[in-house]
Amino acid sequence: MLMKYLSEYRNPALVEKLLKEIFAVTTRSWTLMEICGGQTHSLIKNGIPALLPEKINLVHGPGCPVCVTNISIIDEAVYLSRLTDMIFCSYGDMLRVPGSKESLLEAKASGADIRILYSPLEAVQLAKENPDKQVVFFAVGFETTAPANALSVVQAANLNLANFSILASHVLVPPAMEAILGDPDNKIDGFLAAGHVCTIMGLGEYFPIAEKYKCPIVVTGFEPVDLLQGILMTVIQLENGTFFVENQYARSVHPEGNVLAKHTLSKVFDIKDRVWRGIGNIPLSGFELKDAFSSFNARVKFDIPLINLPENTECISGEIMKGLKKPMDCPNFGTKCKPEFPIGAPMVSSEGACAAYYHYAWNPQLV
Amino acid sequence: MRITAQLDETFRYAQVNFGGILKDVNLYMTPEAQIGDYVLVHVGVAISLIDEEEAHKVFQYLVEMGEVEELNTPN
Amino acid sequence: MNLQCPMPTFDFDVITVGHGSGGLLTHNLLKSGVFNLLSNPWLDQQHDGAIFEINGKVAFSADSYVISPLFFPGGNIGDLAINGTVNDLAMCGAKAKYLSLSFIIEEGLPINLFWDVLYSIKLAAEKAGVFIVTGDTKVVEKGKGDLLFINTSGIGEVHPNAEIHHQRIFADDVILISGNIAAHGIAIMSVREGLTFESSIISDTQPLNDCVIALLDHFGSDVKFLRDATRGGVASVLNEVVEMTSLGIILNQSDIPLEEEVSSACEMLGFDPLYVANEGVFITIVSKNKANDILQFLKVFPAAENAAIVGAMQLDFPKKVILKSSIGGSRLVNYLPGEQLPRIC
Repeated sequence: MLMKYLSEYRNPALVEKLLKEIFAVTTRSWTLMEICGGQTHSLIKNGIPALLPEKINLVHGPGCPVCVTNISIIDEAVYLSRLTDMIFCSYGDMLRVPGSKESLLEAKASGADIRILYSPLEAVQLAKENPDKQVVFFAVGFETTAPANALSVVQAANLNLANFSILASHVLVPPAMEAILGDPDNKIDGFLAAGHVCTIMGLGEYFPIAEKYKCPIVVTGFEPVDLLQGILMTVIQLENGTFFVENQYARSVHPEGNVLAKHTLSKVFDIKDRVWRGIGNIPLSGFELKDAFSSFNARVKFDIPLINLPENTECISGEIMKGLKKPMDCPNFGTKCKPEFPIGAPMVSSEGACAAYYHYAWNPQLV
Repeated sequence: MRITAQLDETFRYAQVNFGGILKDVNLYMTPEAQIGDYVLVHVGVAISLIDEEEAHKVFQYLVEMGEVEELNTPN
Repeated sequence: MNLQCPMPTFDFDVITVGHGSGGLLTHNLLKSGVFNLLSNPWLDQQHDGAIFEINGKVAFSADSYVISPLFFPGGNIGDLAINGTVNDLAMCGAKAKYLSLSFIIEEGLPINLFWDVLYSIKLAAEKAGVFIVTGDTKVVEKGKGDLLFINTSGIGEVHPNAEIHHQRIFADDVILISGNIAAHGIAIMSVREGLTFESSIISDTQPLNDCVIALLDHFGSDVKFLRDATRGGVASVLNEVVEMTSLGIILNQSDIPLEEEVSSACEMLGFDPLYVANEGVFITIVSKNKANDILQFLKVFPAAENAAIVGAMQLDFPKKVILKSSIGGSRLVNYLPGEQLPRIC
């Protein structure tokens, strides 16, 4: 994170001016969706929805990789973590998500060697330092995180490590956008595309989507000034009836993305169909390790029993992530479903929409 | 930003300063990054170089709207 | 860990179960270690308990310390053990006087580490102006502990001006924080496995009794509430307050004292500083008309030089803590379920 370029993007005077502009240009009701957990978090944490004109309705897409990871994958993770001589490594976020029997945090409390790491490259380091143990990294994420996960596999291959592998659960944004826009109940008018995802992948994938669904897409950053400018740019397009792809986050996003990162991704991963928790199968929406790297694929390396349990039908996370409902529309929100005892993932992940509202929304009617 | 170690391309690291905190960051995906550049880091890997010119444009946009004369733009 | 006081020569490198079983080994450890170093009229008696007189109302507090790692930037478990109980008593409006000190040592703890902790305890007790008058030492087998656990309990004299009851808190009362927040939790994070980063952030562990007692001397009943913001941070204390009083709280984000480096670390790790533990920061709720005077008074003390007025009690939104962000939006500050875990993206 660039500290120098943070405070400027939180400048209250700038925020005020952008809001004034938004109020000035908005004449009709519009529904905008952002599709990045970090943006969801930032919007609610900064209280932005309440500052916007009432005509602008912000809904939150499936931008939280933790939330869309199938419960069976959590079970796979827990199973692996309990194997002897195993060091199971994960990003902190994944630890609290409940599997069908327990979460990784509960497994850790009962003795599994589970380590929270900041980077998958640290897992490679761990594998190098612990040759007598198996090290598995829980490689979850969108396109922003996938290159680092891929790099860890490349590093491990270069080091000829026999004891390193990843349990992969990667998801891709553009297919999710198509699934949402293609839904007959779709109400989204404009999209804020995820700034960090596009830093990696560039803008190319979004042109056909904007064209096909006549939906403006503005690649947006995370800070209040970024988000408001992105919203402003989207609303201006909607008011004018245009549907271009625009780049608000140009200080980080180049049209072609990060070529080296994309190259690493295509070297290590194939694109396959993937089931998104709460939404269902989205074709060609996830990364899987290529056969050439199967020795680093925990699913190939270890015999993980297939666990296929049905989802809790009380959780409406699918409708929330498609922007059809808001977290507060769920009858269980804040009552039967709370972060301490979540029914679904969006309430337990720090970037899930339900958790964001539960933690930060000070007046459910206003946000 | 200080380059501390160099093994092969996949292991090119630097020390990155996050407002006073120093952390080792992998630069494999930003080979053009040099000491003094600002990078965007995600889970221990630099994913892009911050384009300072573009960074200023956000403020330019509002100057053009004639609304930010009194603001101090970052140097 | 390079301390001035030389360790006496022990004929062992690590502490064993024999050192805690009450026999000669125990006697040697305590005599050359604990008693000598912490010597005072009560400990020198080597009695089963300490006998002393005390004036007026008494406050009594206890706490256990199980932190890992034992040593961290800015201090060690010994500092926490003394300052923690001294501060708990201060939050009751009491000047801490006498402490008990109990160790549960895991077999295999190197004696030099134990000595370093003990020496820190001596220094912390001296700085806080308290005596350690009684205690206990036990050793458990390897694997049954986590190197070292410490329990301290303390007795203090309640200040005659102290009227610290949450029932005295009303709407418009002002909330102050005594110093920069979140440093302790981040200092610990910086040495925990898997999250290593270089920083100059050190724990803020320190005794708060001097400035609190002085505050009560001068402002007495205008001080309605005191609580140190340890585990769970500022947010947890404030949520307890709204729960107890059924009032609401409004906080101004831009007024909350927070060092830039700590803020950066929190950003990087995905932590909210309001929930990060402190060991040398307290929150006080005071009468509105005395708030500015109290602020200026506190800032003279080194322990509170970064004190700030951060918000107020309000009638709106009862039982809720609301934070006004620096850009003008508002949000809730809830209790945090479980511990904060570093985020992915």
